[in-house]
Amino acid sequence: MSDLKTQVELEEQGVLFSTINKLYNWGRRSSVWPMQFGLACCAIEMIAAAASRYDISRFGSELFRASPRQADVMIVAGTVTKKMVPQVVRLFNQMPEPRYVISMGACATSGGPFRDGYNVVRGVDLYVPVDVYIPGCPPRPEALLHSLMTLQSQIDMQSLRNVRWYGDENDAVDFPVPQFGAEGLEIAGFPGTADPVGGLPTMPPFVSPALGGRGERNASISYLEGNLPKPMLKSGSTHTVHEEVANGAVA
Amino acid sequence: MLKTEELRINIGPQHPSTHGVFRMLVTVDGETLVDLKPVFGYLHRNHEQLGEVNSYLQNMPFTDRLDYFNSMINNHAYARSVEMLAGIEVPERAQYIRVIMDELSRILNHATALGFMLGDMGAWQTALLWGLREREKILDLFEYVSGARMMCNYARFGGVARDIDDYFITETRKLMDGLPHYFDDFEGLLTNSEILLARARNIGVLPKDLALSYSVTGPVLRASGVPYDIRRAEPYAVYDRFDFDIPVGTVGDVYDRFLVRIAEMRQAYRILEQAFQQLPEASGGHINPKVKQQSLKPPIGEAYARVESPKGELGFYLVSDGTGNAYRYKVRAPSFINLTALADMCKGYKLADAMVILGSIDIVMGEVDR
Amino acid sequence: MALLLKGELRSKLQAELPAALDVRWANQATAPETAEHAGALPVLIEDDAVVHAAQIVPVAHFLRDTLGYDYLSNITVVDYLAFSIMELVYQFYNTTAGGADVRVRVRIGRTPEACIVPSLSPTWPGANLQEREAYDMYGVVFPGHPNLARVYMWDEFKGFPMRKDFPKTGDKYTHVTGE
Repeated sequence: MSDLKTQVELEEQGVLFSTINKLYNWGRRSSVWPMQFGLACCAIEMIAAAASRYDISRFGSELFRASPRQADVMIVAGTVTKKMVPQVVRLFNQMPEPRYVISMGACATSGGPFRDGYNVVRGVDLYVPVDVYIPGCPPRPEALLHSLMTLQSQIDMQSLRNVRWYGDENDAVDFPVPQFGAEGLEIAGFPGTADPVGGLPTMPPFVSPALGGRGERNASISYLEGNLPKPMLKSGSTHTVHEEVANGAVA
Repeated sequence: MLKTEELRINIGPQHPSTHGVFRMLVTVDGETLVDLKPVFGYLHRNHEQLGEVNSYLQNMPFTDRLDYFNSMINNHAYARSVEMLAGIEVPERAQYIRVIMDELSRILNHATALGFMLGDMGAWQTALLWGLREREKILDLFEYVSGARMMCNYARFGGVARDIDDYFITETRKLMDGLPHYFDDFEGLLTNSEILLARARNIGVLPKDLALSYSVTGPVLRASGVPYDIRRAEPYAVYDRFDFDIPVGTVGDVYDRFLVRIAEMRQAYRILEQAFQQLPEASGGHINPKVKQQSLKPPIGEAYARVESPKGELGFYLVSDGTGNAYRYKVRAPSFINLTALADMCKGYKLADAMVILGSIDIVMGEVDR
Repeated sequence: MALLLKGELRSKLQAELPAALDVRWANQATAPETAEHAGALPVLIEDDAVVHAAQIVPVAHFLRDTLGYDYLSNITVVDYLAFSIMELVYQFYNTTAGGADVRVRVRIGRTPEACIVPSLSPTWPGANLQEREAYDMYGVVFPGHPNLARVYMWDEFKGFPMRKDFPKTGDKYTHVTGE
């Protein structure tokens, strides 16, 4: 549906431009090469998706590149720990544009079952911007293929006029690499420990490029406070539940 | 003579041949490895601390994520440990079901592990896809009986979550009919392959006495010549009713570990055959109906139960303080302790052999880092 | 070598290595008391194989060379915060005879001066990574270890995460429904 709308918009700009744009996007979306980056159990489902039964090669992604310089998408598959996050950000910085991130599984999206931990990052989108999120623990290989199709339709909607890697503003950003501190991670721009044990992260996640983000974080910190089902906690809990999020409205 | 200099190279945590996020700091002199320092912790998910926060039943899905290839075996070991702590009896039929799931996991694990190891050697993707083919068939069976392909969460305290029915038995029998042919194919393709012999013979030798003092267990220990298998040494479930052999190697090199794993797959098939023969006469149901799963409060005490996982001895040490949460929950992870021997096994060999030796130990980072 | 029955290790140690046994834990009257919990130690009263920390290496060698328990399976640290004690449990198995394990316990205090146990690693390399894990998670120091560094957390991290007084996220979940 949005495909048709974008197509109409593009054709208003001229048939030649829209054809070139379509060809350009078609070439890019049919050969999205992932980087070999399996962290934990979701990596096994990623390997199963690349194997002969679920065959990611049908989508043009059979070539998992070892080097980030040659990869298009980084599928963060598995729990991201605080010890691993500097490496994740460094690898992401080394990927040339156009680059995408698929956050596979509950752990990479928001910490997953291991969220209450002293070494677990509550979502990789606190450190790199994510294009597609896949829920599941682990998501089936079909879910990974569906996310790849979602990414492909996102690529289809991109227009040469305002992609961030062409154009005058040269927006390529290097995302800040967190450092190891005495009690947790420390990152530029946020004082003290970025993700203290016993509390919530002090920084909001990056806006997804699918929603138009260009490397900035969400303005409001309420994105981080999750929905905690009250009867499961003993009384006297110190967790606060943000009113808007608890009532189902998007903050 | 040219003056050579030792070079420190960092392998991992992101590397195409690493088995998960594992980092090795190697010191090489030319191509020969002089020293190897492993760095862990890139997947440390504080599993043991979560074990103290969760109730006993809530911990069951977390044990799935330890050795994420064989979730059935992790569940079995944890259930045994809690049953020992709380004094729960398990009916016979449940024991047989657990044994069937364990042995299917063993076949699945060894097929995939050998596929990964051969991928490290350069047989890129072919052997792995062969292994994954059998794995997919077995995962379909697991999904039928437990609802999930990988994270099965199947064992409960006093039995298993759901009973197996005739459809499962027929489908498993069909799968088993194809297995000997599959093993013969696998062996025929690989066992006498020149490249495998050149890259695996006399590589990564672990002598017998060193293997024991390094607390190595599983196929690595048996390939080094020590015939220690928990299913024989301290039989659990109904393993004392089955007739099976323990394959033991002689030299302790990568090739021996390869042969031991293939032989173990065949023995697992033998056990499965006998289990299905004896299953109809087993007494009891699939679970002990008197156990309250969610509000289990074992008496004060401690317990340690171990099983023979495809990677070695997997044990759970539990201390209970009388409440519904464990006081201390410790996992004895085989892959972690097998890695103690990695540095000694790799010294003196070439850099490319380090990958193959790591693949032959068969580690999974969920267990190593917990 | 024959398998040891329960309680037999204590009599063997009394015969061969009497200095090793920590007999304070044999009964309530002699157990080391802490100021706040006088008289509340029945959980830890143990009459089999609690040894002094300084003697763990001779006891391990005795088990391996004389009694044939040649496979060290597990070193676990348990933190009894209420009693100000850390307990290390060593589990040994006999590979030739099979069978159940023998557990040797060491009980030390929780302060940095008291939390020291001689390392088993120089003569028994299998203890290497397990002792590093005990150091990283609980802060038990093992003098004599070839490389006592943190194994899971990064080196700049301060604190020992598995100790009971380390701040933790998340409340305890308990199900109080009927089932």
